[in-house]
Amino acid sequence: MNQWKNFSKGFIKENPVFVLLLGMCPTLGVTSTAINGLGMGLATTFVLLMSNIVVSLVKDFIPEKVRIPSFIVIIAAFVTVVQLAMQAYLPSLYKSLGLFIPLIVVNCIVLGRAEAFASKNNLVSSAIDGLGIGLGFSFALVLLGGIREILGSGKIFDITLYSENYVTLLFVLSPGAFIVLGYLIAIINRIKKN
Amino acid sequence: MNYLVIIIGAILVNNIVLMQFLGVCPFLGVSKRISTAIGMTGAVAFVMVLATIVTYLIQKYVLDKFGLAFLQTIAFILVIASLVQMVEIILKKVSPPMYQALGIFLPLITTNCAILGVAILTVQYEFNLVEGVVFSISHAIGFGLALILFAGIREHLDLQNVPKGLKGTPIALIAAGILAMAFMGFSGLV
Repeated sequence: MNQWKNFSKGFIKENPVFVLLLGMCPTLGVTSTAINGLGMGLATTFVLLMSNIVVSLVKDFIPEKVRIPSFIVIIAAFVTVVQLAMQAYLPSLYKSLGLFIPLIVVNCIVLGRAEAFASKNNLVSSAIDGLGIGLGFSFALVLLGGIREILGSGKIFDITLYSENYVTLLFVLSPGAFIVLGYLIAIINRIKKN
Repeated sequence: MNYLVIIIGAILVNNIVLMQFLGVCPFLGVSKRISTAIGMTGAVAFVMVLATIVTYLIQKYVLDKFGLAFLQTIAFILVIASLVQMVEIILKKVSPPMYQALGIFLPLITTNCAILGVAILTVQYEFNLVEGVVFSISHAIGFGLALILFAGIREHLDLQNVPKGLKGTPIALIAAGILAMAFMGFSGLV
């Protein structure tokens, strides 16, 4: 597999959110605005990239039986790094993402890539895979957050598009997350078929 | 009174799945049949209460005591993972029928963010142990309520004539959205 294909598969073909339906909790929970989606996406990308790199480096030393717990510890370590860095440098984003930052640990995408890809491939492919899947995840989150923000508050990245008198508040609340994601997945399915 | 606020708040107002988006993966994954939904609820409730008690004690007597609060995420996920393994082994020995009913759901629970989420929230809200237990039991009931209601809706959805493009996951998500809308009626209750 060439490296460009390896990188770009995360956007549509194997998009973790739209196609594989992994990592649903942060996808729905933090996407009330596009900027929150971006922050969450990049935080997850960092964890994914670093854990893929480390897992592919240590895969030969880890006994088969304790593989999964070891991966979880590696992932949890990088999540802690992100958590502390964000708390120090981006306190407002940290506050709005809240609980979902420590919950990156249990995001099935990260463990899924470590187990399915990084534990079988070399360093370079694993790093590219982590970056591609992570950015695909960020893309999905920004798309979902952007649509919800435009429909629900008439803004995108804090730039006002139309008056607040015409917004449908429902879309920034929790039902909007489910409904918008449902229609997005239907559209992506349609694109994939062609 | 305090307990009543915790219970109603956790089950109806801030429903763990529909309002806080924790545990959405099993909510979408095992909600095709009511019977599996009930099994999953049982397993989640069991592990959630146990995990909350154990992580609470670890936070209070190990992490806080030695100034290791920054290790919270690593410590909690390890505790939950080993707890799930232990429950699986014990259940297999002690109660085979219960293992039959819950067994297949247990490995899935380690990566269920509802468990870790409730454990962290219990610490964040600075509950004492009894409040923490009440909090986790009510969240488990809320999880079960949402899951079983949703499974019932999905069983009916199977029989309906859904537009081709929306079949499967999309229509399930939209139905979940409408269910969440119904739960919004409870907001402001506490």
